[in-house]
Amino acid sequence: MSTTPNGSAPAIDASIDVRGLTKTYRSPGRRGREVRALAGLDLAAAPGTVLGLLGPNGAGKSTTVKILATLSRPDAGSARVAGHDVTRDPAAVRRAIGYVAQRPVTDPMGTGRENLVLAGRLQGLCARAARSRADELLERFGVAHAADRLVKTWSGGMARKLDVAVGLVHRPQVLFLDEPTTGLDPEARTAMWAEIERMAAGDGMTILLTTHYLDEADRLADRVVIVDAGRVVTSGTPDALKDELHGDGITVELEDGTAQAAARAAAAVPGVVDVVADGRTLRARAEAGATALPALLAALDAAGLDVRAAGLSRPTLDDVYLARTGRSLEEAHRAATPAGRDTDVEEVAA
Amino acid sequence: MSTPTSTTTSMPATGTLTQTVLLTGRQARQGMRIPVFMVMNLLQPMIWLLLFGQLFRSVIEIPGFAGGADVTYLEYLTPGVVMMTAMGGAAWAGTTFVQDMDRGVMDRFLASPTSRGALLGATMAWYALLACAQALVVVGVAWVGGARFPGGWPGIAVMLVAVALLSCLFAALSGAVALLTRQQEALIGVSQLLTIPLMFLSSAVMDPSLAPDWIATAARFNPFDWAVVVAREALQGFADPGAVWLHLGLLAAAVAAMAGLATLAFRAYRRAI
Repeated sequence: MSTTPNGSAPAIDASIDVRGLTKTYRSPGRRGREVRALAGLDLAAAPGTVLGLLGPNGAGKSTTVKILATLSRPDAGSARVAGHDVTRDPAAVRRAIGYVAQRPVTDPMGTGRENLVLAGRLQGLCARAARSRADELLERFGVAHAADRLVKTWSGGMARKLDVAVGLVHRPQVLFLDEPTTGLDPEARTAMWAEIERMAAGDGMTILLTTHYLDEADRLADRVVIVDAGRVVTSGTPDALKDELHGDGITVELEDGTAQAAARAAAAVPGVVDVVADGRTLRARAEAGATALPALLAALDAAGLDVRAAGLSRPTLDDVYLARTGRSLEEAHRAATPAGRDTDVEEVAA
Repeated sequence: MSTPTSTTTSMPATGTLTQTVLLTGRQARQGMRIPVFMVMNLLQPMIWLLLFGQLFRSVIEIPGFAGGADVTYLEYLTPGVVMMTAMGGAAWAGTTFVQDMDRGVMDRFLASPTSRGALLGATMAWYALLACAQALVVVGVAWVGGARFPGGWPGIAVMLVAVALLSCLFAALSGAVALLTRQQEALIGVSQLLTIPLMFLSSAVMDPSLAPDWIATAARFNPFDWAVVVAREALQGFADPGAVWLHLGLLAAAVAAMAGLATLAFRAYRRAI
């Protein structure tokens, strides 16, 4: 169970089939520093399923999607989308896919309707079909009331819905959603999730969704692939991944910032493993949480530490990530995002 | 490849020409929604025309000045200002590419069946159309100011062909710079550092035969001057049709070469993403 099973299964009819993908960016400066984004990535998604690509910024998620969408070329490895090789037959891939980039894909100086109609016509729809498809999508995504306003006046949540609608306009076989909910408020995110669930259920599309939100992958993806530093760490259904971690998660919130001291105390408690201190939060795992938690609380009390709250939980995908990489996803995300820049590459010493 | 699944949603790809028309329409809608840009773009030639036209009125009296007594300085200057407007406007054509790259619009186009030729062609077409409209305004204002053009409507038609070619040349250059640098600042470089010297290394405002030899030599290799020569010959009544055809041919060849380079610049952009 500790080995990664993906890549071994021959996915003949898979809508997405990626093997051994590598990509290194060379910065054009005098130093010519090399930045490795992908280090042999394998993926497979069966037709009509949602594959969640989960990892922090810099894990290689966007690079993977850009290669699959024919924007970027891999250094090595192969990738087939809807049966077509992305490097040998990019034109066929482009006809089969919808691509919603991390950044907005609509023209702010056009109206919602103009954006959709233009996208439809560029994809090969005739004028009449493009107009009726635009109406249909505006209605379906609940943005019909703003259809004839410039997109620059739209709210973030509405604009993101339009991005997804633009990706759907030609009824693609495969849809790439690169961080569709990043930057959205919780309400807009919930609405987007409902929309993606409907798409996955109703349209029979294969969807590749990248995210650094665990709950998003958990809720939407049939299969999750956890990536870190351009490699697959593990993959499986969300439930199977969580089941691999036996036992329960323990979370303890401390009154003041002494989680380090608490971690030392907790590590000494029998049955408590994988202790991690993160600010005022102490996270650990235990085979039998119900007996380990009282013992842990007693140990903390004995060490003179005040506990604000404590809880037991079934393992989450974050626990999976933590167990596989030794750090929480949020921590990895913060480390990979210097000064808020969205970079999707792993720095490698040249 | 063996792809039985691909037939389910195959649709006829829109041809490059249709795509060009669609994307030109998008450019036009964008342009019309920021009318300030178009007005600003016309303000400058008016200043050139009225200010220079007055300021340098008497250079025409210098012995040996092209045209001599038959031509007023305003008449001499008008084709130069027409082409300055065209070049100055098209130098910013890459702005659309920069904006589309800043957002995910360019990536979406490149991940779709949209052809690179259509993306470039639409930018060239829109700036050519815009420059032709502005050229008519400039000629109209010059006419109101007393300039007369013996070339008549055929002369204006040939001038518009040169306007369109010059716009396409600089729109393609600006687009290529945008794709290579992905920065609006680089377009300021094209507009300021390149177009201003090209304007003065030409016959736009001054007969180069009266300038130092090296300026006259530089003007012969300057595509901007080719366009000015065509427009002046055409407006003045085709005294030297050979020069008109030669310079139109040179301009067309330059447009083809620059469009080819700009299409290659899409590859450089893809390598960088």
